[in-house]
Amino acid sequence: MKRQGIAEALRDGIAEEMQRDPAVFCLGEDIAIPGGWGGAFTVTLGLEKQFPDRMINTPIAELGFFGVATGAALMGMRPIVDVQYGDFLLLASDQIINNAAKLRYMSGGTCQIPMVMRAPIGATGRGSQHAQSLERYFIGVPGLKVVAVSTAYDAKGILKAAVRDGNPVMIFEHKLLYGSKGARAEPGAVDATSEIPDGDYTVPLDRAVVRRPGRDVTILGWLLMAHFAAAAANTLASDSIEAEVIDVRSLSPIDYETIGESVRRTGRVVIVEEGPKTGGVAAEIAAGIMERFGEHLLAPVVRVASADVPVPFTPVLENAYRPDQARIVAAVRELLR
Amino acid sequence: MTTSHTSPNASSATAASAHDPAFLLELYRRLVLIRQFEDRVKFLFLEGSMPGTIHQCQGQEATAVGVCAALAPDDFITSTFRGHGHAIAKGLSVQELMDELFGASTGCCRGKGGSMHVGNLAKGMVPGIAIVAGGIPLAAGMSLAFKLRGSRQVTACFFGDGAVAEGAFHEGVNMAAIWSLPVIFVCENNLYGASTRVDLVMRNPRISDRAASYGFRGETVDGNDVLAVLEATRRAAEECRAGHGPVLLELLTYRRTGHSRRDPCNYQPKDEREAWATRDPIERFAEVLREAGLADAAALARIHAAVDAEITQAIEQARRAPQPTIADLTTDVFA
Repeated sequence: MKRQGIAEALRDGIAEEMQRDPAVFCLGEDIAIPGGWGGAFTVTLGLEKQFPDRMINTPIAELGFFGVATGAALMGMRPIVDVQYGDFLLLASDQIINNAAKLRYMSGGTCQIPMVMRAPIGATGRGSQHAQSLERYFIGVPGLKVVAVSTAYDAKGILKAAVRDGNPVMIFEHKLLYGSKGARAEPGAVDATSEIPDGDYTVPLDRAVVRRPGRDVTILGWLLMAHFAAAAANTLASDSIEAEVIDVRSLSPIDYETIGESVRRTGRVVIVEEGPKTGGVAAEIAAGIMERFGEHLLAPVVRVASADVPVPFTPVLENAYRPDQARIVAAVRELLR
Repeated sequence: MTTSHTSPNASSATAASAHDPAFLLELYRRLVLIRQFEDRVKFLFLEGSMPGTIHQCQGQEATAVGVCAALAPDDFITSTFRGHGHAIAKGLSVQELMDELFGASTGCCRGKGGSMHVGNLAKGMVPGIAIVAGGIPLAAGMSLAFKLRGSRQVTACFFGDGAVAEGAFHEGVNMAAIWSLPVIFVCENNLYGASTRVDLVMRNPRISDRAASYGFRGETVDGNDVLAVLEATRRAAEECRAGHGPVLLELLTYRRTGHSRRDPCNYQPKDEREAWATRDPIERFAEVLREAGLADAAALARIHAAVDAEITQAIEQARRAPQPTIADLTTDVFA
């Protein structure tokens, strides 16, 4: 057992999977450079010493190297491909959406694309183009699995499950949760460390997890918002409001079993999302809840999300953009009033 | 890193003597098989009995046949929306292709791919990638897998002249170059991207010249000369297997049919069409075979008749082939 942050846990998970299976390799920008960063957030730092032939640094060509990863996966390799910032997935999206996600279906089930994609997201003082929450653009793509990791334990277990899965899996990670150290440390970081067991383990790709039990209201969040929701629940508890906090974790498919079990008991739902309210993941979850559990709802589903604007730079506006503990608390109080 | 330019009218008569006669007759049969397949499919489509849309390759048969004949069975190709000829050349059966075009569950993609996505991984053909240039990074990745595993396989990546303007061309070709990947980039330059002539979209229309800027060898070949294509591809494959890839082959050819559906090709000048008609790859290769004394008119006619019978039989069977059930709608999404 050891205490690790997400960056370290991912690094160990990648190394263990590369050790276990020679078909696993890493492809990405600014990896495997001696004296370099190990990717933008240190996740692959130093792995080239252990695996000199399987850490492949790419040109700045996201469309190209996501296509390269897809082609290698099609031939039976298991690439782990990452972008420096999730925003760059938009460059790669033709290969992800038109090739990786569709090849199995359009081949009548004969092609297989076992590929892991990793993307850091979140507003972190970098203005509009290194900050977006990209999950919304990928959850509606048939053939893709989409997950979001908010603790080091989940990050390692989900990474391993994704490598062993036979499909393209997109893992979203949050810049404020990595626990990156040294020059790559993030101001405003939130503690997402976990006790990591010594042995091998995986975490399923299709399950949400209850972070805090409660009877009065269900708060759903993921990534940074799962942490803010838990903090809000602690504040609400001092008012004798017992909020159940669920880390949605699996964004496609959404685990309506775990969510439904909670919603049937509480009858009240607040969904928290970093990202514009319009067209977000929360909209999908809200509709899914109403279709499945509408008769159990005591009030309409509430969304706490960002304004419908690009991510602003100046801290006063960025902080107003990103939902925080106070907004979640206020929304729950309003719902229970 | 040289770029050699071959005359579009170079004769292959002397080259023919270097090959086994049975092999040459098989090349001829494949050229005819593709031409007749496409002509019959065009008729089926126009009469309304075949669903969807079609992009055909009449006039370009020698590029598919010449390239694929130079590959080993375990080598792979990637293709485009214009892939019927590539599929036949790589060894897919007329039946699995015809079934696919009719949307049958017995088709090579179980009716879920259709004309633009024909392929069969077991026979070395990735389903056609119908986004222009989308197969180029994919082919580089396939060859990266071969290199990482230490296998001798190569990928031949077919694309058209239109793909050269896409960012995916630059990104995929550059990565193949920096990692010396075993990819043969096969540009079928038929002078038109849909209705747009190449000289409107590139200042240097000699596509093979681009290879030098990435640091590898490019070659322009008469794409209507099946033996010239075969020899160029064999050289390229040898270089790739020796670790000296990639190679860019520009195959000059011409589309005798529309871009898709009912396109009457009004943008192709009459004199240009007529000039290319005199360079038809099948008629030229028939002449080579006759000159080499390998086949007389009667022998060639027998090949045409056998191909016609094979396709007629395939169409009859495809018309009766089972369609997928509605339950198949939601299968094959995930492994």
